[in-house]
Amino acid sequence: MSGASSSSPVLRMAGVSKSFGATRALDDVSFELARGEVHALIGENGAGKSTMMKVLSGAIAPDAGRMEIDGRPYAPSGPGDGLRRGVSMIYQELTLAPHLTVEANIMLGREVHAAGWLDRKAMMRKVREVLALVRHPEISPDVPVGRLSVGAKQLVEIARALLNKSHILVMDEPTSSLSQEDSQRLFEIIRGLRDQDVSIIYISHFLEEVQRVAGSYTVLRDGRSVGSGTMAGTALEDLIQLMVGQKFTQLFPQVPHTVGETVMSVDRLKGTRMAAPVTLSLAKGEILGIAGLVGSGRTEMLRALFGLDEVEGGTIVVSGSDLAGRRPWTRIGRGLGLLSEDRQGEGLALALSVADNMTLSDLAPYRRRGLLSLAGQRRAAGELIGKLKIKAKGPGQKAGDLSGGNQQKVALARLLHQKASVLLLDEPTRGIDVVSKSQIYEWIGGLASEGKSILFVSSYLPELLGICDRIAVFHRGALVESRPASGWDAAGLMAAATVGRMSREKPMEQRNAE
Amino acid sequence: MSRQSRARLSGALNIFGPFIGLLLVIALFALIPEVQGRFLRAANFKSVATQSVIVALGALGMTLVIIGGGIDLSAASNIALASVITAYAINAGAAPLVAILLGVLTGGLVGLANGGLVTRLRLVPFIVTMGMMGIARGAGKWIAGNQKIDAPMTWVNELMAKSPQPPWLLLAPGIWIVILLAVAMAVLLKYTVFGRHIFAVGSNEATARLCGIRTDRIKILIYTISGLFCGLSGVMEFSRLTVGDPTVAVGLELDIIAAVVIGGGSLNGGEGSILGTMVGVLIMSFLRNGCTMMGWPNYIQEIIIGAIIIVAVALDRLRHKRD
Repeated sequence: MSGASSSSPVLRMAGVSKSFGATRALDDVSFELARGEVHALIGENGAGKSTMMKVLSGAIAPDAGRMEIDGRPYAPSGPGDGLRRGVSMIYQELTLAPHLTVEANIMLGREVHAAGWLDRKAMMRKVREVLALVRHPEISPDVPVGRLSVGAKQLVEIARALLNKSHILVMDEPTSSLSQEDSQRLFEIIRGLRDQDVSIIYISHFLEEVQRVAGSYTVLRDGRSVGSGTMAGTALEDLIQLMVGQKFTQLFPQVPHTVGETVMSVDRLKGTRMAAPVTLSLAKGEILGIAGLVGSGRTEMLRALFGLDEVEGGTIVVSGSDLAGRRPWTRIGRGLGLLSEDRQGEGLALALSVADNMTLSDLAPYRRRGLLSLAGQRRAAGELIGKLKIKAKGPGQKAGDLSGGNQQKVALARLLHQKASVLLLDEPTRGIDVVSKSQIYEWIGGLASEGKSILFVSSYLPELLGICDRIAVFHRGALVESRPASGWDAAGLMAAATVGRMSREKPMEQRNAE
Repeated sequence: MSRQSRARLSGALNIFGPFIGLLLVIALFALIPEVQGRFLRAANFKSVATQSVIVALGALGMTLVIIGGGIDLSAASNIALASVITAYAINAGAAPLVAILLGVLTGGLVGLANGGLVTRLRLVPFIVTMGMMGIARGAGKWIAGNQKIDAPMTWVNELMAKSPQPPWLLLAPGIWIVILLAVAMAVLLKYTVFGRHIFAVGSNEATARLCGIRTDRIKILIYTISGLFCGLSGVMEFSRLTVGDPTVAVGLELDIIAAVVIGGGSLNGGEGSILGTMVGVLIMSFLRNGCTMMGWPNYIQEIIIGAIIIVAVALDRLRHKRD
């Protein structure tokens, strides 16, 4: 290894492309990683970072392009292959086997053995070594991982990657569930590894963190590499500008609507899965955008608002009555409607017909002496199909057979059908085509002009800026700021979401003190 | 410190939980005056153990399947098929050892087919093995000409004899075979790479794959081993009945699964132990035995065993919640 000159890259990716259906997740991406550098990979949600790392690990195969490690061609057939060539991953979503012990998890797939017989002593020794390396020798190797805290699990995951003695280490949001103190330790470990000539690809949304640990960066946007360079001398604002790009906002049809009096006021609401209480209000005819990173607590807030998670404290007053202790069916009756971010898993019953999906939340109008009037149900569904321009063969078609955009419209049609007046929309345009997106924007505007209120959660900043009256930002579980949409720009939103500062002038210490 | 000792206590409960259940069952019948005398005799314990052999062998394989996150509904049909094949072979003049091997291998083939279908077609094990349940049962009836196959007495029939020859064996050879294989499987699960990978596949298959484990190969092996155990169990069934009967052991797969589950196996995978399973088998056998001695009708036994399964699993859940 010492023979290779230090200027030749450890890893080279050239012209890598990958499509999922009609979406181009990676578009002709090239990337170089130098020996012993910490290289930050940044970009908005959906920019292609995860796909790129999956290609690198061998979890998915690219459609085009080639890769080289140490100048030799690299085309992994699976994650095992990647590991053997010295590529290790620390995944954002934890990938541990809960029933196995810490030791078994760390050694998984790399057990020390003689003819199939485990050498437990040798493995224990190795595990103790790596646990000491992450400065947590107190984690017992004998405990099943399922009993550890999230932070400890993350450390086990890191320990597993360190054990591999890989020379390319990918960390995907490694600090997302670590305490400030453990994050600091991780940075020290990273520096230590770097000094041992390990090359690290570091993915994080927390830009200040990235600036601290990384020596160079590459920014991905819409599946393309839009810029790279050395971190020194690059301002935070430049990175943000690269991430958001020069996105135009003409795609967003403006429907005139007037904002009236408050319809829903949420006071110090705290759901079981929310990190911090949230206070906000929503007016009649208002579109309130909620920005923030994935995992920043937006979905958890919607779930508590709708009653899917239990409410621990606070109030949700909708047209005069508090709904905080009520079940979802009561809240539906009071006009609340939720569009889930997980369309396939939660939002729709894919095996059921379009008509069933649209009317599921309110079948009362079709009840005739205990039986369901199928004709009435079909008629109502037919009307909604026309109104929302859904491309379906008819009300009887299975929801699962429709394209993503049309599925989403079916899910939205359900909210129309149940006559929701306060709509909680979680990523309503995720993963759907531009035409459907534009139609959904128009539809949302139309609802506002009818006097309905919309809470619009999105990770796609241009659409928030394009159609919202007001935008609030979540950062690490808390609502940090809310302003009229005209008072925001993409860079400002990104800064608030990634850095969490109330405004860009405030000192950093405030966040650290939290 | 107190947390540590509590963790140790709960660990001890995990291991001894099923044992406590077994002791309770034995104590229950030992305290009832009407049966006390007959129940607590060594001869009775011996016959309970002999009656347990067939379920125990099936349950050894099933433990691996369930830890690996699968299920094998074809176990009982497979046992019947293997008993038919063994009888058929002896009837056709094969040496007893050859007949035994044929029976065991038949079971292994059915298991291999299960594993192959689960991994190649990406079907859920429930469906594949439910289909195989019908196929194996039908094949057994076909081969046996839809009746029992009588076979001449050979030493194969000694395997399940209550008073074994030579007498110094004390227990039927079948029981010794179960004990040996149980130890072997427990060692396999705890001390080999393969055993650890079974737990990994059952606990989180995606993780196992990410760690470079060939999950398909593990699963095919698991089902094949389970099939081999069913084959051996079929041989024991033949030994006990002295005929190859394709209609035997109907519904026995549920007893087998229940034994694993009572012993701490989780149908979600990742959990289970050989020791627990063996205790689970004994709990069910002692219950049956005690109920029979009490003169309780069959339907009472069914109700009691059904209730025991639910209670055992509910207790297990509670224990996990505390962790």
